[in-house]
Amino acid sequence: MSRYRLIKDRISGNLFLVFTHLSILTVVLIGAGLYGKSVPILKQSSFFHLLFSSEWKPFKNQFGFLTYIVGSLIVTGLAIVIALPLSLLTAIFISEYMPRNLKRLLIPFIDLLSGIPPVVYGVWGVLTIVPFIQDKLAPHFVEFSSGYSALAGGVVLAVMIFPLIISILLEVFNTVPQELRDASFSLGANQWETVSHVVLKKSVPGILAATVLAVSRALGETIAVLMVCGNQALMPHSILDPVYPLPALIANNYGDMLSIPMYDSALMLSALILFVIIFLFNGISRIVLYRLERRSYA
Amino acid sequence: MTFESPHIRVKDLNVHIGDHHILKNICLDIPDKKITSFIGPSGCGKTTLLKTFNRLLDRDKEVRVSGEVLLDGEDIYGRQVEVTSMRRKMGLLSQRPFPLPMSIYDNIAYGPRIHGTRKKKELNQSVEYHLRATGLWEEVKDRLNSPATSLSIGQQQRLCLARGLAVEPEIILGDEPTSALDPLSTQRIEELFLQLKDKYTIVLVTHILRQARRVSDYIVFIYMGEIVEFGPTEELLLNPKEKLTREYVKGYIS
Amino acid sequence: MVLATTIIVGSLVMILWTITVRGIRSLNWDMVSKVPEGGFYIGKGGGLLNAIIGSVYITMGATLLGLLISIPVVLYINIYARKDSWLATVARFTFDVSFGIPSIVYGAFGFTIMVYFGLRASLLAGIITVTLVIIPILARAMDEVIRRTPGELSDATYSLGATRWETSKVFLRQSLPGIMTAILLSSGRAIGDAASVLFTAGYTDSIPASLGQPAATLPLAIFFQLSSPIQEVQDRAYAAALILTVIVLIISLGSKYFSKKLSKNKI
Repeated sequence: MSRYRLIKDRISGNLFLVFTHLSILTVVLIGAGLYGKSVPILKQSSFFHLLFSSEWKPFKNQFGFLTYIVGSLIVTGLAIVIALPLSLLTAIFISEYMPRNLKRLLIPFIDLLSGIPPVVYGVWGVLTIVPFIQDKLAPHFVEFSSGYSALAGGVVLAVMIFPLIISILLEVFNTVPQELRDASFSLGANQWETVSHVVLKKSVPGILAATVLAVSRALGETIAVLMVCGNQALMPHSILDPVYPLPALIANNYGDMLSIPMYDSALMLSALILFVIIFLFNGISRIVLYRLERRSYA
Repeated sequence: MTFESPHIRVKDLNVHIGDHHILKNICLDIPDKKITSFIGPSGCGKTTLLKTFNRLLDRDKEVRVSGEVLLDGEDIYGRQVEVTSMRRKMGLLSQRPFPLPMSIYDNIAYGPRIHGTRKKKELNQSVEYHLRATGLWEEVKDRLNSPATSLSIGQQQRLCLARGLAVEPEIILGDEPTSALDPLSTQRIEELFLQLKDKYTIVLVTHILRQARRVSDYIVFIYMGEIVEFGPTEELLLNPKEKLTREYVKGYIS
Repeated sequence: MVLATTIIVGSLVMILWTITVRGIRSLNWDMVSKVPEGGFYIGKGGGLLNAIIGSVYITMGATLLGLLISIPVVLYINIYARKDSWLATVARFTFDVSFGIPSIVYGAFGFTIMVYFGLRASLLAGIITVTLVIIPILARAMDEVIRRTPGELSDATYSLGATRWETSKVFLRQSLPGIMTAILLSSGRAIGDAASVLFTAGYTDSIPASLGQPAATLPLAIFFQLSSPIQEVQDRAYAAALILTVIVLIISLGSKYFSKKLSKNKI
């Protein structure tokens, strides 16, 4: 009996160890797989040329990613610029100022919304934001905009990541011990002084983590953006112009481009670019976070 | 102090956690079927010493243990030792009661079950026997299937004791087992220890001098990772040989 | 601050409102009980049962597969390995990072693998890709729960002579509410994710009968129908969006309910 138990323990241990290694390896495999598929196009033209050229003519074998990269950056940037300050203020308000019973109503609501799929946000964008930009906003600035634009993408993304950022921030603020706030109050600080000097200061790592997650979500979001961005591979002149972000490029063309040589390799390269950017971004921020955490414990 | 055939003999034990030297050259004999208390200020290493006895520190990557802990003459840190059956010989009672996430009955039956008792009748007997031994039977016999967390803290600690006894250990390790309890429950636990010492060797970590005096036969005074003094209870408390012990007993060091 | 809160809460309420109003208008019993009939995509009869069932299959399959992989990993790094071992740190880092990797990347990778093995877009390929997406979610959520379990629990089981395997089982039981929450969290993501199934699961008007057949999914049903020029078809996209939203809301409400209910045996 006893031996049987020990054997079970050892087998499960080894098996679990294999699973752990495999799951770590998967990420490496994804990177390697995408790289392997992008080798052909990298052999053909230099990486920097691909990155900084805006010539995208698959039939002529020219693949310049610049317009797509710019598209991604504009949409993501807009989303973050809109979402981050608003979410931060809202989270502070909910966590530090709002009466308890209202809090209890609002927090589950926000949690609930963070689960709603991007495609639904996309539908909302098509129904609301796009017509609004087309009819109300754009005519003041440009002659014509279909509404399907970088701005629409940014707004939809921003609204999509509101609940995400807010729920992380609320959790972060929640881990700031009440004693610290009490200590600040008893020294005569008012509510805002307490928030800015104690709560926010203590939450810097958490806010950083929330931002990183928001940026990666925005940068990688496919469907919601695809639905409202217009998807035209032209260098945009304003945020009311359509853009064509990287994920949308992959989504729109994968599957039916296998007949054109190098096309799939080019698309895989764009997936690889996304992968590497987000990997590095998350990786570095994680390392910074671990450092910050360790320092705050010591 | 040494004994002829101690239940546990510690030889040149050193424990490092990270860069900290937590226990320094510990040599100690724990006598059989007696209650031995470890006293000392918090952070002195008394809990760490207790946990080296059943190798609960093994899992921490920062911990390095050197030296020997002999259980009935056999080194528990030896190569041949099978940790689970060694641990089974020592029941642990932690600072806070920590029932397993299951019913009262299953808490007691857990140990016998994993060690191969399957028959319902034997399990029932064991559960009843050990609940009686800890004075819980009359209090819980009608609700054996309710969650263990529905008991009061004091009852939970006795349940944890009964759970430990059900695997038929030789030694009971108590890590400040009454620190979360009210005076009445504390008294019950202390009474139980006095009853149990006929059959078990008991090692108790405590920071309450009066408790050590009430229950223990021997006291070990530990300070900054070293054993300062070891002797029979009354002798050590009333007539300490070392200056440090005297100061601690008088309450100068805490 | 009040303004910011109003804007955010306002826009979120507006989403629910818009989706509900537009969805209900075109929602009818056929939508959830029938598969597409001939001419469905030019506005004739039928419903979205194929996409609903396909989404449910993929979500359940991926969750099951994801648990099968992530539970052992989480147990290993928390119970089998030494505390804060190097491997555990690497594993946690990996999950943290891969949590941020967009599902389109997983989708592209899944497709590459599929092509490499000569598979076609199918339920199985969809399940595998979605599994990749949700493993970090599951692993991180469960790791958090198990890590927060006090060390006394393992002290207690080890002192009774339990092996690591037996200790793991007690930990799983202790963490059941947390695991349930993790499952529902990840299935919410799995059912709503479009980019990962776009190339891998395919799309079909019938309900898949085996793992090798393609499967329709709700997010894609919404996406495809919304881009149709025909009004009736577009309306169906709104209805599908409402259906998806309702499913997701039920899942997250369920998770709240379960985690409350299951925590009664917990400490």
